[in-house]
Amino acid sequence: MRLLSDSIGRKVVMAITGLLMVLFVVGHLLGNLSIFAGPNGINAYAEKLHGLPQVVWATRVVMLTAVALHIVLSIRLTLENRAAKPTAYAVDRRLRVTFAGKNMIWTGLLLGGFIAFHLLHFTVRSVPGLDIVQGLDGHGRFDVFSMVVAAFGHVVTAVVYVVAMAALFLHLSHGIQSTFQSLGLNNAKTMPGFLKFGSVLSVIFLLGYGSIPVAIFFGLIAK
Amino acid sequence: MSATEHGTMNLKLIVWRQSGPDKPGRFETYDAKNITPHHSFLEMLDVVNEDLIKAGKDPIAFDHDCREGICGACSAVVNGVPHGGQERTTLCQLHMRKFKDGDAIYLEPWRARAFPILRDLIVDRTALDRLVQAAGFVSCHTGGVADGNAILIGKPEADYAMDAAECIGCGACVAACPNGAAMLFAGAKVAQLAELPQGQVEAPQRVAAMVKAMSDNDFGNCTNHYECEGACPKGVKVKFIARLNREFTKALFQETLGTISTNRGTSKE
Amino acid sequence: MILDGKAPTGKIQDSWDDHRFASLKLVNPANKRKYKVLVVGTGLAGASAAATLAELGYQVEAFCYQDSPRRAHSIAAQGGINAAKAYPNDGDSIYRLFYDTIKGGDFRAREADVWRLAQVSNNIIDQCVAQGVPFARDYAGYLDNRSFGGAQVSRTFYARGQTGQQLLLGAYSALSRQIGLGTVKMFPRTEMLDLVVVDGEAKAITVRDLVTGEVRTHVGDAVVLATGGYVNVFYLSTNAMGCSVTAIWKAHKKGAYLANPCYTQIHPTCIPQAGDYQSKLTLMSESLRNDGRIWVPKKKEDCGKAPGDIPEADRDYYLERKYPSYGNLAPRDIASRAAKEQCDEGRGVGPGGRGVYLDFSASIERLGEGTIRERYGNLFEMYERITDENAYKRPMRIYPAPHYSMGGLWVDYNLQSNIPGLFVLGEANFSVHGANRLGASALMQGLADGYFVIPYTIANYLAQTKPGKVTADDPECRKSIADVQAERKQLLGINGKKTVSEFMREVGVLMWNNVGMARSQQSLTDTLQKLPGIREEFWQNVKVSGSGDELNQQLENAGRTADFIEFAELLCRDALHREESCGGHFRVEHQYPDGEAMRDDANFTYSAAWQWKGTGQTPELHKEPLKFDNVHLAVRSYK
Ligand SMILES: Cc1cc2nc3c(=O)[nH]c(=O)nc-3n(C[C@H](O)[C@H](O)[C@H](O)COP(=O)(O)OP(=O)(O)OC[C@H]3O[C@@H](n4cnc5c(N)ncnc54)[C@H](O)[C@@H]3O)c2cc1C
Ligand code: HEM
Ligand code: FES
Repeated sequence: MRLLSDSIGRKVVMAITGLLMVLFVVGHLLGNLSIFAGPNGINAYAEKLHGLPQVVWATRVVMLTAVALHIVLSIRLTLENRAAKPTAYAVDRRLRVTFAGKNMIWTGLLLGGFIAFHLLHFTVRSVPGLDIVQGLDGHGRFDVFSMVVAAFGHVVTAVVYVVAMAALFLHLSHGIQSTFQSLGLNNAKTMPGFLKFGSVLSVIFLLGYGSIPVAIFFGLIAK
Repeated sequence: MSATEHGTMNLKLIVWRQSGPDKPGRFETYDAKNITPHHSFLEMLDVVNEDLIKAGKDPIAFDHDCREGICGACSAVVNGVPHGGQERTTLCQLHMRKFKDGDAIYLEPWRARAFPILRDLIVDRTALDRLVQAAGFVSCHTGGVADGNAILIGKPEADYAMDAAECIGCGACVAACPNGAAMLFAGAKVAQLAELPQGQVEAPQRVAAMVKAMSDNDFGNCTNHYECEGACPKGVKVKFIARLNREFTKALFQETLGTISTNRGTSKE
Repeated sequence: MILDGKAPTGKIQDSWDDHRFASLKLVNPANKRKYKVLVVGTGLAGASAAATLAELGYQVEAFCYQDSPRRAHSIAAQGGINAAKAYPNDGDSIYRLFYDTIKGGDFRAREADVWRLAQVSNNIIDQCVAQGVPFARDYAGYLDNRSFGGAQVSRTFYARGQTGQQLLLGAYSALSRQIGLGTVKMFPRTEMLDLVVVDGEAKAITVRDLVTGEVRTHVGDAVVLATGGYVNVFYLSTNAMGCSVTAIWKAHKKGAYLANPCYTQIHPTCIPQAGDYQSKLTLMSESLRNDGRIWVPKKKEDCGKAPGDIPEADRDYYLERKYPSYGNLAPRDIASRAAKEQCDEGRGVGPGGRGVYLDFSASIERLGEGTIRERYGNLFEMYERITDENAYKRPMRIYPAPHYSMGGLWVDYNLQSNIPGLFVLGEANFSVHGANRLGASALMQGLADGYFVIPYTIANYLAQTKPGKVTADDPECRKSIADVQAERKQLLGINGKKTVSEFMREVGVLMWNNVGMARSQQSLTDTLQKLPGIREEFWQNVKVSGSGDELNQQLENAGRTADFIEFAELLCRDALHREESCGGHFRVEHQYPDGEAMRDDANFTYSAAWQWKGTGQTPELHKEPLKFDNVHLAVRSYK
């Protein structure tokens, strides 16, 4: 038996890496929401975080490995599954399959692209053709607040982020409950609960993350 | 609204015709005339076939045997849904009262790479047999076993095993699965035998071999759409897939620790 | 000729043990792999035999016409399987099971065979439990039992309403294990169309690959037929569409005697026929009679009324009235005839007046709907799917339907036919059920034959024969292939006007009306006059299109129908010659004033084994006298 070659083994890895990402997404959201507290909120949060370089780098390594594994396995999974079902039915009628479930690979790849962009945008802070506001705030901290507010003032950037969050929502509305099933934690009694949990959490992500570019774009958060 | 008690209906059938395994296939349209609401779906096909034979044409080949929903032979996708979509109902038990006059019905064979088409609506499902041959059994020999009451089995456990054992091996789960996976079929078998003390002894070996056999036999992987559960004419639940995943993970974990071996013929570390 | 069943003599309690030790030779373990056994049919009997023989070391090739061995019609058995475990402490014993089976069969079976069946019945339950068959259990974890017709004890083990399915899946898993190990070669979608007999011994079969159309022989050292029953001769029955007499009929034409073909069982609780288009009848398990009460309106005028509108006083619970001690659990033949009687008197309900009520309202009141649902939920669902009626609210309508064939190829105590090397198991043989089978005894017999009898008895034959005596280029094999091919060609060449199903329907209706639940000299002679005409018309006017080199279901059915038409003649002839009523064979001339069957023990205490003499020729009758040393021949009473 092998983790990375057996069909279910690979799904277990997908689930664990997916779950790690979800955990990250939760933490990241809590941090990001501090933007609603104004410059003092988010800049202080960022300052504190960067004061813990071990934590930051450990997270980065784990998350990048997880993302890489998740992507590689998901592509293989999708290719294998397409090969196993070469012909579609003349009538496309589904009993349980959801739009989100059917498009996991596309929302996933979109997220992959977004993650790359997002890292370049706010972590590396260098995207060709994009003007990124970088400076220090009144307390001498790196001014995350101004950077973000400036970025989401542009309609294109705001839309890119909102679309990505919609993709995240779709991906996780199938993915979260799927994780419990893949890890064998499910049974008939827990199933409805996990389904609901997945939907609620992904809606929270959509609203939580989505609110930031939207609020900024409409001027609800401003300097 | 279904046809009335005494009324008959006429329907249009759009049927996949394919004369052999490697032959090209196509849809053809036929009329089903004077069908009563009491005809079963297969009896409706019998009527169409008698007309075709009399007209000197090849009748539509379809698998069937018991016609009472237990042998698992009947198999066709009706308007995109295996067995036609009435809950807990095989095609042979689907009755025409579920249709109405003038309906157009698309009929296709199970489609999955693991199930090559043999003719018209008939596919080769021996891949499912090969999954069972890989490990879907308890390796007891005939005779010399313990008394049936020697090992007690709680009623909830016996009922759980029976729920899993309801599977009739028709392959609708594979046909419905967008990935052509056989996880519901395999999960039901693994769960049934893992639940019972008689099957627990070789549960890790069983799950290892069956998971490998699924890949070897061209089945896809599960992505938890649960379409199989929707299509299953026996109401087999995806909780058995979770059980399969659980049994797999457990065995993998134990093997990694060296406390078991899933390789038949080797001892544990 | 007087046939010898070679049953052991001596004390019946020890007969099987003594026989195994003193009379049966063994094959040395190292030699077993030199022998090849061909097992035709992979239902309960065939799958259990193939798995067990392969495990013992023989090479086995197994065949079935379905796409998988798991689909044999054993899968459809609902109610349960008997065993003399006596777990409920209600007075059961091997002796009682033996006695009930002999009596249930109306004293027309061989004592020693029945004793053996009762004796090994307990091993079957243990075996199935070990395989992971999920039998019903009580809350303490012990195996649960229910009652079945013809018994006053609870000895029936069951797995929800799908006992046959679960037992078959158990046998199938054992078979699959051997296939995986390479000791059994499985040939699904393969139909046996001839038996090859070389120098008087069965050595090969000729089959047609139902996918490619290829006709070929498989050669072995012994042939085991476990090909099920023949009641599809009535066209509408509870059997699967593919069940046929073909395998045993072809063996019969090669010299195997066919015994007691007139013993056919009509099951009392089936869903009545709804129309002419109908292709099969569906059984509602006999277990329903545990909790359902059977009645018809007392007055003819009430038959059209809704059952709920007929007051208690105007209902006739005729089984309870006529058979107070067994009531609704009277044996099948009796319950079926009683239903027919009521309907013939004009008190039947439903379409055509061919139905009686099976009413659960009293049980639902007593036990609650939940309990009834738990016990029979799947049957109620099935009933609703077919009839669109809810049996929790309105009594079921039921009517008898052909269900089981007690007759079959004649075998001796070793399950060997009169052709050495040809063994016959399960419903395909004639052995243990006499003139009527009790509920839950066929599953028991199939598994007894396959797991616990044939492994011993076939060894005795093989030990005395040289392995590999015959090869595929034997002239008999080549002739057999040529014959089978010629017959296919002939069927395809007729290109007449009537379809195969039209012929089968015609024969079936004729047989059901004249030779079904009741037979008379008149009805039998009439039928015997009509059948040759149908046979001749078939061979001149049947229409089979397509070719023989492809999957061709019409061609398959045509062959089966041709065999049924020939076989129907033998069935009638047997029924005509048996001038008595016994079990499933009811001759209207032979009944007591109250309508009960009247046996003629002085003249008919024998099994009738028929020898084929050619198409249209009168077959020759051989008798195997039956001796009863351990039970007293009595009028069978369930009053
Ligand atoms: C609806 C129903 C309910 C029943 N309920 C009960 C019950 O509750 N309890 C009970 O004890 N009994 C019951 N019976 C009876 C019992 O199920 C059968 O008698 C028994 O299962 C027969 O088993 P078998 O192995 O002899 O034959 P089957 O299971 O019929 O198997 C026949 C096998 O032979 C093969 N075959 C046939 N012809 C050919 C050929 N020409 N070439 C190749 N292969 C061939 C088939 O493919 C199949 O594999 C029931 C029967 C029916 C129909
Ligand atoms: C980076 C690019 C990504 C790709 C290409 C991708 C693709 C996929 C695919 C194809 C699946 C399989 C569908 C299934 O089994 O249900 C999947 C599952 C999943 N993904 Fe992603 N995904 C990506 C990113 C993400 C991200 C960012 C997250 C979390 C925030 C995530 C969380 C999940 C989860 C939880 C599952 C379910 C795992 C399981 O059921 O085993 N994915 N992904
Ligand atoms: S024909 Fe047997 S399940 Fe439909």
